[in-house]
Amino acid sequence: MAEVTAAVRGACQEYVWIAAMWVRSALAYPWSFWILVVGSALITLLDFVGLGLMFHTIPHLGGFGLREVALLYGASGIGIGVADLVIGSVEQVGLHVRTGTLDAMLTRPVPLLVQVCADRFAVRRLGRISQALVVFAYGAGSVDWTLARVGLALVMVVSACLIFFSFFVAFSCIQFWTVDSTEFANAFTYGGNTMTQYPMTIFPREVLKGLTFLIPVAFVNWYPCLFLLGRPDPFGLPGWFAFVSPVVAGLTLTVAGLTWTSGVRHYTSTGS
Amino acid sequence: MLYAAVAVRSFRRFSTYRTATLAGVFTNSVFGVIYSYAYLALWHQRPDAGGYDATDAVTYVWLGQALLMTVALWGGGTTDDLAERIRTGDVAIDLYRPVGLIGWYLAGDLGRAVYHVLARGVLPTILGLVLFDIALPASPLAGAWFVVSLALAVVTSFAIRFLVACTAFWLLDQSGMRMLSGVLAIFLSGMTLPLVIFPEPLRSIALALPWASYLQTPADIWLGHRHGAGILAGLALQVLWAAVLMAVCRAVLAAATRKVVVQGG
Repeated sequence: MAEVTAAVRGACQEYVWIAAMWVRSALAYPWSFWILVVGSALITLLDFVGLGLMFHTIPHLGGFGLREVALLYGASGIGIGVADLVIGSVEQVGLHVRTGTLDAMLTRPVPLLVQVCADRFAVRRLGRISQALVVFAYGAGSVDWTLARVGLALVMVVSACLIFFSFFVAFSCIQFWTVDSTEFANAFTYGGNTMTQYPMTIFPREVLKGLTFLIPVAFVNWYPCLFLLGRPDPFGLPGWFAFVSPVVAGLTLTVAGLTWTSGVRHYTSTGS
Repeated sequence: MLYAAVAVRSFRRFSTYRTATLAGVFTNSVFGVIYSYAYLALWHQRPDAGGYDATDAVTYVWLGQALLMTVALWGGGTTDDLAERIRTGDVAIDLYRPVGLIGWYLAGDLGRAVYHVLARGVLPTILGLVLFDIALPASPLAGAWFVVSLALAVVTSFAIRFLVACTAFWLLDQSGMRMLSGVLAIFLSGMTLPLVIFPEPLRSIALALPWASYLQTPADIWLGHRHGAGILAGLALQVLWAAVLMAVCRAVLAAATRKVVVQGG
């Protein structure tokens, strides 16, 4: 057990070193760096403005008011924001395969996943997380807070990060088989984020079932938020779904880990 | 013809990445489905929002997904090559070629756009037809005008992306400006939400800006919300913006050429 802890601590330390190096490298072009930080916050800001404008036309969407949608939006945004900041670079694994840099990484005494994830670490992604936090705080006004709800909200945010974390890794692994399919993963990561920005009531029942049992993105925020808002499940699914997000996160992490291992095992160098 | 040759080769260059194209079509379609349901929920409550009906709204979603790459809403295209060549200093070679630099990159970008409209535009549109029964062009004439409008959209978008790439002459790296420009384009083109349902005065302002060219104007022609004089007015505004922006490109390039210091040269 002590060995595992030491290994994990070592990996984190190495991650921080590589990430710090990329931050220094990004600061070499200070103008671009700061414009990127502002731009990244602006992207997500305008995204929420778009949602706000929708509510300018209608009082509620799928039976949910603006503040309630903000709660869903914020929770999902924090989840994908943290996952994207920490390991979003895993999307570029195909590029490493194609250009042969993965070979160099394999020879270094640092776990491959750490190297791939810390590569091109981008602080600008903090812009998205801070926007999501603000939106979440605004949405929190629609919740009648109790101790249990505060606890569940924390569990929800952590699980959301871990679920998106697994999505990034698992779907990026496809690139070990077809190198130029980076965008495929976006459908699940950013697509999953976009889906969970809306109340699930706008989707037909079949879509919701798919998002619950197949690609379990509904556990990122939908089921926990129903509990936070004290709403019965509009689709009649069991109320205890609100509490199983951590279990789902554990499952997706396991699947992602297995996919990554088999992807790396399948990897054959391009020889360049 | 030289520029045609450049365009054809650019078309071929972009068509090399088949799996990437398929992956992109898949992703566009997933987003198409999500936004369709969101808009259906909105138009279910306000069946006439922005003068669109529910079918118009869903058609608009799928047109947006189909044109996302063609108009290079997020940036990209040959202007990215230019920015990289400015950063490395290779742009010096482009500058002493006996061919206009703007024309060279515009031709390449048009070739790219033709590829993207065929590869990334047609499939999502068919999927939209199958899944959501979207509207086809209001008439064959509307279809033809749509194509003209789309071509103008690509030129406008090229001019803006060219200007962004040119900032690399001063900033060395375009990535910050590229992102800012992409953000503005996504919001002001009506990709986030159709411009027609923006509240006034934001609606009128957005409709007068060059980004309206990207999606709102072609979509309105496709949907038959513009006809006769309306089409001509829309196209005239597109031509105006394209001409103004191309002129600015010329001026900026001239200024940049005067100051260019080639690294390592």
